[in-house]
Amino acid sequence: MPIITASKTQPTYDVIVVGSGAGGGQTAYTLAMEGVKVLMLEAGRNYDPVKETAMFQTNGQAPLAGSSTVDKPFGFHDSTVDGGWQVPGEPYTSASSDPTRQFWWWRARMLGGRTNHWGRISLRNGPYDFKPYSRDGLGLDWPIGYEDVAPYYDKVEMLIGVYGSNEGLENTPNSPEGVLLPPPKARAGELLAQKRAKKLGLPVIPIHRAVLSVKQDAERIPAKLHPQNPTAQRILAQAMRDRAACFWATQCGRGCSIKANYQSTTVHLPPALATGNLDILPNAMVREITMDENGKATGVVYIDRVTGEAHALKARVVVLAASSAESVRILLNSKSPRYPNGLANSSGLVGKYIMDTVGARLGGQIPLLENMPSHNEDGAGGAHMYVPWWLYQEQKAGKLDFARGYHIEFQTGRSMPGLGAATAVAGLTEGSYGRKFKEEARRYYGTFVSFSGRGDMIPNADSYCDLDPTVKDKWGTPVLRFHWKWSDHETRQAAHMQRTFADIITAMGGKPNKLDATGLQAIEPGGKIIHEVGGTIMGVDPKKSVTNQWGQTWDVKNIFVNDGGPFASNADKNPTLTIMALAWRASDYLLAEMKKGNL
Amino acid sequence: MTPSDSSSRPRLDRRTAIKWMLTAAASVAIMDRAAAAGADTTTSKAAVGYGTDPELNKIYKPGDFWALSFTAGQRRTATALCDVIIPADAKSPAASAVGVPDFIDEWISAPYPGHDKDRALILDGLVWIDAESQKRFGNDFADLVAGQQRALCDDICYGPKAKPEFKTAALFFNKFRDLTSGGFYTTPEGMKDLGYIGNVPLATYDGPTPAALKHLGLA
Repeated sequence: MPIITASKTQPTYDVIVVGSGAGGGQTAYTLAMEGVKVLMLEAGRNYDPVKETAMFQTNGQAPLAGSSTVDKPFGFHDSTVDGGWQVPGEPYTSASSDPTRQFWWWRARMLGGRTNHWGRISLRNGPYDFKPYSRDGLGLDWPIGYEDVAPYYDKVEMLIGVYGSNEGLENTPNSPEGVLLPPPKARAGELLAQKRAKKLGLPVIPIHRAVLSVKQDAERIPAKLHPQNPTAQRILAQAMRDRAACFWATQCGRGCSIKANYQSTTVHLPPALATGNLDILPNAMVREITMDENGKATGVVYIDRVTGEAHALKARVVVLAASSAESVRILLNSKSPRYPNGLANSSGLVGKYIMDTVGARLGGQIPLLENMPSHNEDGAGGAHMYVPWWLYQEQKAGKLDFARGYHIEFQTGRSMPGLGAATAVAGLTEGSYGRKFKEEARRYYGTFVSFSGRGDMIPNADSYCDLDPTVKDKWGTPVLRFHWKWSDHETRQAAHMQRTFADIITAMGGKPNKLDATGLQAIEPGGKIIHEVGGTIMGVDPKKSVTNQWGQTWDVKNIFVNDGGPFASNADKNPTLTIMALAWRASDYLLAEMKKGNL
Repeated sequence: MTPSDSSSRPRLDRRTAIKWMLTAAASVAIMDRAAAAGADTTTSKAAVGYGTDPELNKIYKPGDFWALSFTAGQRRTATALCDVIIPADAKSPAASAVGVPDFIDEWISAPYPGHDKDRALILDGLVWIDAESQKRFGNDFADLVAGQQRALCDDICYGPKAKPEFKTAALFFNKFRDLTSGGFYTTPEGMKDLGYIGNVPLATYDGPTPAALKHLGLA
């Protein structure tokens, strides 16, 4: 079974998976490996990173030196196809005109979705992160704990390949021996930050990223992941052999033609397709889920994005993994006289408690890095080091004016020059030009550092999405309207980030840029970090949640949500790894329920 | 350049001239561009961008997606200014030798939001700098000797210290310098000049060299 066109779909499938990113990719992989007949629907076009990725193109070989435009908001070579903050013909709206109450929604219309360009940062939620309400009385507890998800973190890390180290720090879980790949050596600026930040009490340790620092062990891992399934072992072993180790060049956001980093299109989908159990239909924009008279889902109706025609498809189970907000939209648009508020919405909570990650950044210039002897600092196409949240005890003791933590990602180094490579030189040298400018550009190149906080957001009643009462997309389907508000916990956290980053830069002997002590200006708009989660939160009580602990909706047993929607909180940890772990866990449950005849 | 290039040089209209000579405003919003005698400072309406799904695994050059639009006279002045900002030295060639004027032309001809403002600033600035060169030295900027070019650029190279009558010209110079350096340092010659080493496949990533570690006191 392959990538197909609308006319080639089967009369019925076991499972329809809506979306092909982290959640959809993992779901299709797990199910197809176990013999389930799966149809994956992707709203965007087919996409092949092996052929399409710009690996060695320089910025100068792209229009406008590769810089950002409305067509390519993350720069020309970013892998995103037909996506960004706006997708033509597919608007979304904001309930408020207040600039502080906007939600930015990043979408990608391509096979693999946002996994093609993501930062590959793969941090496990810790035990505190599943029980935040129990810890500080704010937000919501998950119906599961770290121990429930840990085995799936292990499996996902082994499957996709994650580099990192085990440091044994608070709420920053270790992986079992032999699961992580070795971390790359720290870059010069990362080492300097490590030494100087230590004096401030900040641990700078290897970050975890889904990049193969060495080739995966194709002899050992498949048997661990699929112990009773020789066919799956054989297919996965081959897929692992087809992936090369990182060759320490090019940015991961471009995607990876040698399959050295994780993206659904190079890691989940090839082995899933090789089972023969997966059909993938691109350009299929799901509009709604169809129901029978017994309250069970029967399939979906989708719009062919090329022809604009609507088609119906049938399956025993529907798994939504369209992105948290898009899955909400599908449930709300599945309206009928029997379900006037959409599907799975007896709690009224579909679309409620949407979250993003708190983001704020500060940069500076480090004189010590000036005139450093040149060497290759490309590395793994992203960060090698980071700072996990280090003030859990101070927070618990009430010494901070915000409830939740953040980790610090940072950029240093002599990376490939872009449009702004020497922009700061004029200001630093009172307007030099000519030979003097060239000399100063050499001196300052690679001396700038930038620190970015990524923090926990507490779900709140003011941050949600619903259907816009009037606006429709180009196919006539109602669009989402976002409502957004940061609480003081997030803005104060952003203020703390600013002060901390200024302290680190100062400790590195550098001069920080002007900081925002209030956090109100520094905090990025909602959605801007592209860690959109929530909207179909999981829980123990059908009146207070949309799904159970397996992402299965309380109201309709054969609808699952396997993207970030069921997140009951949003830890500082980047959500993708957790989305995959939960999708694998939900898929195991789905398989067992199918075998029992419950689905 | 042929003599006709210089004789067809666009002249700064009086309103624009007054604004450029006298204003100390921090922003430029020059109206009445049609009067800028042949220098079309509006974005070409026919131009479209590269869309949301351009072929990425490909090498492009200015002009591939939208037409370049410098007149011969604009190009001549821009080329001269590029090379005052990034002249040849022992390490690398001058900006014009590696195609930077084409990059600037691509930038100001691009059909994207924001580029129209840069277009107005750059094209008006090129007219201004020739007018100023004529006023002071009786020649176009490109025909001045190096000392004359520097005397003029010294007055406009740094906004915060520029005299009030040069504030707007300083905005132009700053933008032109940003584009020149951005174009230059993204070429192979420019990347090498900065000491960028990379974009090559490696078997191992070895981290900083001993010399780099020593430089940082981390050896």
